[in-house]
Amino acid sequence: MTVFKLIPQNPANGPIAAAVLACGIGCFALGVLAVAGDGSKRLAAALNLYNPTGPLAGVTTVAIAIWLVCWAVLAARWKNKNLAFGKVSALAFLFLALGLLLTFPPFGDLLLGR
Amino acid sequence: MEVTQRELVTMVHGMLFGGFFLLALFGMFVLLLDRNSPDAAPNQTVPRWQTIYLIAMVIVGWAAVLSGAYIIYPWYRAVAPPGSDLALYPKLLLTAHPSTAGWHDFGMEWKEHVAWIAPMAGTMVAWVLIKHRAAWSAHRAVRTTVLGFAAMAFLAAAIAGGWGAMINKKAPVQGGASIQLMVNTR
Repeated sequence: MTVFKLIPQNPANGPIAAAVLACGIGCFALGVLAVAGDGSKRLAAALNLYNPTGPLAGVTTVAIAIWLVCWAVLAARWKNKNLAFGKVSALAFLFLALGLLLTFPPFGDLLLGR
Repeated sequence: MEVTQRELVTMVHGMLFGGFFLLALFGMFVLLLDRNSPDAAPNQTVPRWQTIYLIAMVIVGWAAVLSGAYIIYPWYRAVAPPGSDLALYPKLLLTAHPSTAGWHDFGMEWKEHVAWIAPMAGTMVAWVLIKHRAAWSAHRAVRTTVLGFAAMAFLAAAIAGGWGAMINKKAPVQGGASIQLMVNTR
């Protein structure tokens, strides 16, 4: 028996926009936490979730949690929506670029005044 | 032919997980470029081999960063007891001399954070390609954005992998029980 699948002609881009923006936010959070943990001994101690790994464990765990929570929330809100993808994409790339830049040690040191 | 336990785990982390992840990301990028071309036929369904390929890529990506952070990095940054042989403590070995300190202060500091961007972006791209292929095919802006994130994932993985290989060349992670890989018959 032949099975026909109905495919919408203009499927919603909301779920993809949610995934892309959440990924950008997660990468930005990673960069912010990496620099902040490097600059503050108190924050570094708070991020030290697993002593053999040090603050890296907290930096990455919190960044991944922020990424996944943002993804879940945005995906729920934009489930069936068609958004102005260009604006979401620009924002996501801005976050991603800042995240990449913040992980670059000389830039982090510059922000921390070293 | 022997290898120590730590050397073997480091090889699995870098050459198996990390190496395969980097190759798989490049493969995914080529796949995206091919599908993004104007003359590519609209593709609404995902071939089974692509689903398996993308899931395998995501798994090895996360295996690379998790094994690096939670198994090898603790060996790398361990604090040496007084009088220890610094060859077993790569971070201390590198930071002990100004001419090698940059390998840690710049290389490892960059690698340990930037590496995580690769599996995050790689997971997002794989998820879009598997779950939302129809929307991905329908919107050019979506395809371009996903392609950009795939490129950034590859860049992050290449930076992390490149620094990891160079740092391990300068101050190898070693120690633990010896494992015989092959009996020398000569």
